[in-house]
Amino acid sequence: MMTDAGAFLWSARRDLKLALRRRSDALNVLGFFVLACSMFPLAIGPQRELLQRVGAGVIWVAALLATMLALPRLFEQDHADGTLDAMLASGHPVPLLVAGKLASAWLVSALPLVVLTPVLTLAFALPAESLWVMIATLLLGTPVLLGIGAIAAALTLGLKAGPTLVTLLCLPLYVPVLVFGAGAVETHAAGLSPSAHLALLAAGMLATVTLTPWVAAQALRISVE
Amino acid sequence: MKLYHYASPQTFYPLAGWLLPWFAGIAAVLAVAGLYVGFVVAPTDAQQGEVYRIIFIHVPSAWMGMFIYVVMACYGLLTLTVRARLSGMMARALAPTGALMAAIALLTGALWGKPTWGTYWVWDARLTSTLILLFLYLGYMALVAAIEDPQRGDRAGALLLLVGVVNVPIIYFSVFWWNTLHQGASVSLTAAPKMATMMLTGMLLMTFAAWAYSIAAALHRVRSIILERERHTAWVRQHLGPEGQ
Repeated sequence: MMTDAGAFLWSARRDLKLALRRRSDALNVLGFFVLACSMFPLAIGPQRELLQRVGAGVIWVAALLATMLALPRLFEQDHADGTLDAMLASGHPVPLLVAGKLASAWLVSALPLVVLTPVLTLAFALPAESLWVMIATLLLGTPVLLGIGAIAAALTLGLKAGPTLVTLLCLPLYVPVLVFGAGAVETHAAGLSPSAHLALLAAGMLATVTLTPWVAAQALRISVE
Repeated sequence: MKLYHYASPQTFYPLAGWLLPWFAGIAAVLAVAGLYVGFVVAPTDAQQGEVYRIIFIHVPSAWMGMFIYVVMACYGLLTLTVRARLSGMMARALAPTGALMAAIALLTGALWGKPTWGTYWVWDARLTSTLILLFLYLGYMALVAAIEDPQRGDRAGALLLLVGVVNVPIIYFSVFWWNTLHQGASVSLTAAPKMATMMLTGMLLMTFAAWAYSIAAALHRVRSIILERERHTAWVRQHLGPEGQ
């Protein structure tokens, strides 16, 4: 019999292993992130001041959309091959199994975005000091995006309209993260301390990390039942 | 007789049919009175002139848009906890009215903004949060419409409503911090209202009209939902008669 921590680790490790065997999925998310960012200078013009002004917002929106791209895959495969039913019937705490999947998804699809961010801040000519704020907001914000997204992904599981629906359900709920995430960088660029924004993001991150696995587990039960 | 006697669709259906004309009638009477007070009796605003009169529609619909979401979330809680079948149907029945109210608030706000602020749309905190509220309604409606099994749809929608209602204040405050240009609230429960009595009367009449209308619209819609859901039961077959089958 696995312990609770064992269930979490088992689920995280299993999803990591699956992701490593299908690397293209994670690479697609990363490619989308970079490409989406690159479209903006082409659309609005390459003026340095303009790019500096919009850079933080553009990178944040692109990160948000890229994370959403990874959401439909979160439970789909497991639902299709019956693993999900087995998980729900296993007697192990489903929220911890979901948390394991989320941890793996964060490592596979969100962490690479953060790692790639320095390149993008260069492309948008953001000042070097802003880079650390940008990375901090993304580190704190992406778990929130994934947590909320997991609920939407679980609710729309197996629906034909699933992937489009996830977007419609998630985007309104992502507003606070976007406001505080991009806002922290803006505040810092204006010469003020971004600590208030970062503290609120951190609070949001802690709340999401602790609560959303439970809600998503409930949503899975509704969808699979 | 217990209150939950009416939690069964079969007993609620005739009750809703009996209540419906009353609420519709009250809504019509109050709306006529409210519009008369608002457009004829109430004085012209010293600063904004006649254009302010749009608040008699704008403010009640904005209030109603927010309030209906909370009511839907309460029905969502009932759906998930006591599994009352009717509450899921009520949430579904309220959603289009809530979305309509949010849309009316946005539209009238834009029409008011053009002469007052000089532009139809500004990215102001209240405007933006009302827009997001409209998206929350649309998301709920899209989700329940996409799920074929009605029970699953009710419960998935209920969970989404609860997640949404927890997020609404966070969204509101985040957007409020982000940007605000909207004039402060003119009516609050703690301070004396900063508006003429006749203006306030008109607005309250319109608010109660919006309440009565929303209840009537939801009752009307829930009756259709009940018939659709229960179409295979004996009482619906009997109610509809031979040509309804």
